[in-house]
Amino acid sequence: MIQPALPPRTGVGFKPDHFEGLIADPGPIGFVEVHAENYMGEGGRPHARLTHLHERFALSLHGVGLSIGVDGPLDRAHLQRLRRLCDRYRPESFSEHLAWSSHGEIYLNDLLPLPYTAATLARIADHVAEIQDALGRRMLLENPATYLLFAESTLAETDFLAGIVGRTGCGLLLDVNNVFVSATNHGRSAEAYLAAFPLEHVGEIHLAGHAASADDMGAPLLIDAHGSPVADPVWALFERVIVRTGPLPTLIEWDNDVPAWPVLRSESVAADAVLTRFGVMHAA
Amino acid sequence: MSSDQASFARALLDPERQAPDGVTSHTHAAPAKRFAVYRNNVVVGLVDALATRFPAVQRIVGEEFFRAMAGVFVRAHPPRSPLMMDYGDDLPAFVETFAPAAELPYLADVARLEAARTRAFHAADAAPLPPAAFSALEPAELEALRLQFCPDIAIVRSTHPIVTIWAMNVDEAEPAPIEDWRGEDALVSREGFEVAVRRLPPGGAVFLANLRAGGTLAEAALAAMQETARFDLAENLAGLMSAQLVAGLIPAQVPAF
Repeated sequence: MIQPALPPRTGVGFKPDHFEGLIADPGPIGFVEVHAENYMGEGGRPHARLTHLHERFALSLHGVGLSIGVDGPLDRAHLQRLRRLCDRYRPESFSEHLAWSSHGEIYLNDLLPLPYTAATLARIADHVAEIQDALGRRMLLENPATYLLFAESTLAETDFLAGIVGRTGCGLLLDVNNVFVSATNHGRSAEAYLAAFPLEHVGEIHLAGHAASADDMGAPLLIDAHGSPVADPVWALFERVIVRTGPLPTLIEWDNDVPAWPVLRSESVAADAVLTRFGVMHAA
Repeated sequence: MSSDQASFARALLDPERQAPDGVTSHTHAAPAKRFAVYRNNVVVGLVDALATRFPAVQRIVGEEFFRAMAGVFVRAHPPRSPLMMDYGDDLPAFVETFAPAAELPYLADVARLEAARTRAFHAADAAPLPPAAFSALEPAELEALRLQFCPDIAIVRSTHPIVTIWAMNVDEAEPAPIEDWRGEDALVSREGFEVAVRRLPPGGAVFLANLRAGGTLAEAALAAMQETARFDLAENLAGLMSAQLVAGLIPAQVPAF
């Protein structure tokens, strides 16, 4: 099984409006990430640009539509599309989410939450194994941002993820913003979550902005909106992770209200500074 | 109490339903607002995908009307595939039957034009023949010639001036009253990576459709002349050669497999 890896540098989620800026002035960018589903057309500008980008940068293919947590079989046609895309681009990483996004024939276009039980763990581990077999490569599984809990859950999310890693050999994509969002939404400690997280299996980190709202009782409810700069507490958590792990491939995601390239570039410069300063502390 | 994805999915698409059984939170055992975040993500995300694909339709009816109409469509026709570039292929048929839009009878055809543009944008790359490839042919060869077309082409026929209306609503033409309200057939194709929309001359849609179905130039010209006396073969041939539509020529002596 192929186990390629992204460089332990900073990357950005690629947006078409940034193409010229990214090529002319990439700053510290070492890789780009794209949503796989946006490149499942046959041809045209999306593929021409992606080919050009991959000649300059490492590539992370990030799926948003495979619905790994679905309570039925995986969408084999979609898995074959991913296989073709992996064969075409040979990306340094493929990742997907611990979530479900389809039911029967219906695609719901959101990353929906799962109860954490022995039964769901077994099902998702089977799906991850099937994906890795179909793609002929190791994948990274991303921790979700969640807004509610399930009464039937018996496992902590960190134990659940560690269980899937143990059964499948997959890696993990640690989204630090999701850690902060979920911890806040469920009245828990983000630090405690990270202390329990199997960091040795992390192949990539995501950073993004979130929006603030409130729940039925007026308690804080953060939304994983990807439409603003990375928040200060998320930077602080990221620094503590890098002290423990050393430099890891770190992506800035900004999918809504996308800013001009220099703004996104400055976020990646900030992430690069953390990798350099705090990564050194890991070595020491 | 346990949850299941079927009831979760039903509640996402039906605002009348309560949050599904089995969900909870640390503050409240029936977290309606928390469930509403997912419900909102699903509907807003899909409506946004339609707004991206159908900008002229949105401009014509206004954002508020468009988002309300798209919301009804999303709940009645949720996607069947995770490829958002394909979502809305059946929006034009929905618009045709959407009673509040009945006074805009051209709206569905404008939507068809926009749907065809997205398909052209993502179509397989092709190498269109240069116009010189045609001039190398003898006039006698032209008659029995068949053409192989690039994969990005679509023809959208309408009894309304949809190309004019579309162009005015994507800032490709100055908005102005349409004095001469007559049907327009649109040719959607790709030039390099840009999608081009052209107004076909009289009979042009039949001429092209016949050629794409495998007809010879003579057969296609005859069909177009039967459709309208205003069909001009020279004009249509010139358009065909300059518009980067043709990927290959199939002379008569080679069987057209």
